[in-house]
Amino acid sequence: MRPVRFNINPIQANTKDSLAMVEAPEGYSGEGFFATKLSDVVGLARKNSLWPLPFATSCCGIEFMATMASHYDLARFGSERVGFSPRQCDLLMVMGTIAKKMAPVLRQVYLQMAEPRWVIAVGACASSGGIFDTYSVLQGIDQVIPVDVYVPGCPPRPEAILDGFMKVQDLVGQESLRRRNSEQYTALLETYGIQ
Amino acid sequence: MALTYEHIQSALVNKFGEAITNWQIGVDMASFEAPKEANLKVLQFLYEESSLGFQFLTDITAVHYPDQLGKELAVVYHLHNLVENVRLRFKVFTSIEDPTIFTATQLFSSANWMERETYDFFGIQFVGHPNLKRILNVDEMEYFPLRKEFPLEDQTRIDKDDEMFGRGGSIR
Ligand code: SF4
Repeated sequence: MRPVRFNINPIQANTKDSLAMVEAPEGYSGEGFFATKLSDVVGLARKNSLWPLPFATSCCGIEFMATMASHYDLARFGSERVGFSPRQCDLLMVMGTIAKKMAPVLRQVYLQMAEPRWVIAVGACASSGGIFDTYSVLQGIDQVIPVDVYVPGCPPRPEAILDGFMKVQDLVGQESLRRRNSEQYTALLETYGIQ
Repeated sequence: MALTYEHIQSALVNKFGEAITNWQIGVDMASFEAPKEANLKVLQFLYEESSLGFQFLTDITAVHYPDQLGKELAVVYHLHNLVENVRLRFKVFTSIEDPTIFTATQLFSSANWMERETYDFFGIQFVGHPNLKRILNVDEMEYFPLRKEFPLEDQTRIDKDDEMFGRGGSIR
């Protein structure tokens, strides 16, 4: 008998048809060249390597931990690199109850992120104050920063968070390169008092 | 000899006489009231009298009774004798027009934050407190949220149907 057992007949994983690859954008291809729009390529790169910044303050943050972990595996969407520095991140994920005292902190974190930046509000609390209809809780983070995607639920299941994340990916992939310089965008930030 | 409630009561009545009112023995601790001017004297007596020894301040809080005219706000001290493991609840009442009370910070350092909290939520002015400002709520808050005239719900939002969320409307 062998002192250490190991599988002498390992099963080879069958990956045929089970690997998802990102589709190439529309364009013209020929012998040795491929031409497409710059914005499509930039969007493709951005959407498949979003760096999330988790801003987890309560129970929804626990669901996010499950979302990040191996079972639901946010890394499948190109975002395994969770950054804890707002300077490096593209996507602010706000998960949990934001007290009014926390609102200036959240806003500060948003201001420290570099453009382009996206925000996802996960859970009823971040979206609307949730069950905490009370004097101390901010009634939705959209009172202090603009939000791109809301994920409903109290807490949302990890699948819902992934769904919200994929909605953000859609937005990111289709965003025009000029959007952040547009008048509408400046006006939107202006309503939040952000220059 | 164990510290009995009878002993505490007689010691207090001997010292303060008529000022000690509404002596009650509740489920887990005794409680009594005194005029608000005497709050420090009573606390100090309970602290320094060797047979009493209430040297630990568990909590300070307040209660708002809107119906008791002239005595709307109660400030409640929870005291603990750690040696004998006896607890005591001490209340003073004040009117809401003049919610001033002497601070207990000279006696108990821990009263500092507790009094700030009581100020934060009920607007009790602790005279002589070294740093009486809000501790838990946002500094910009303009009211004292646990007073009964202020609804608990956030009043700034317009997207919720009041009827469905128990604000105004009728509850059957
Ligand atoms: S939405 Fe529900 S689960 Fe999420 S932070 Fe609020 S109370 Fe917690």
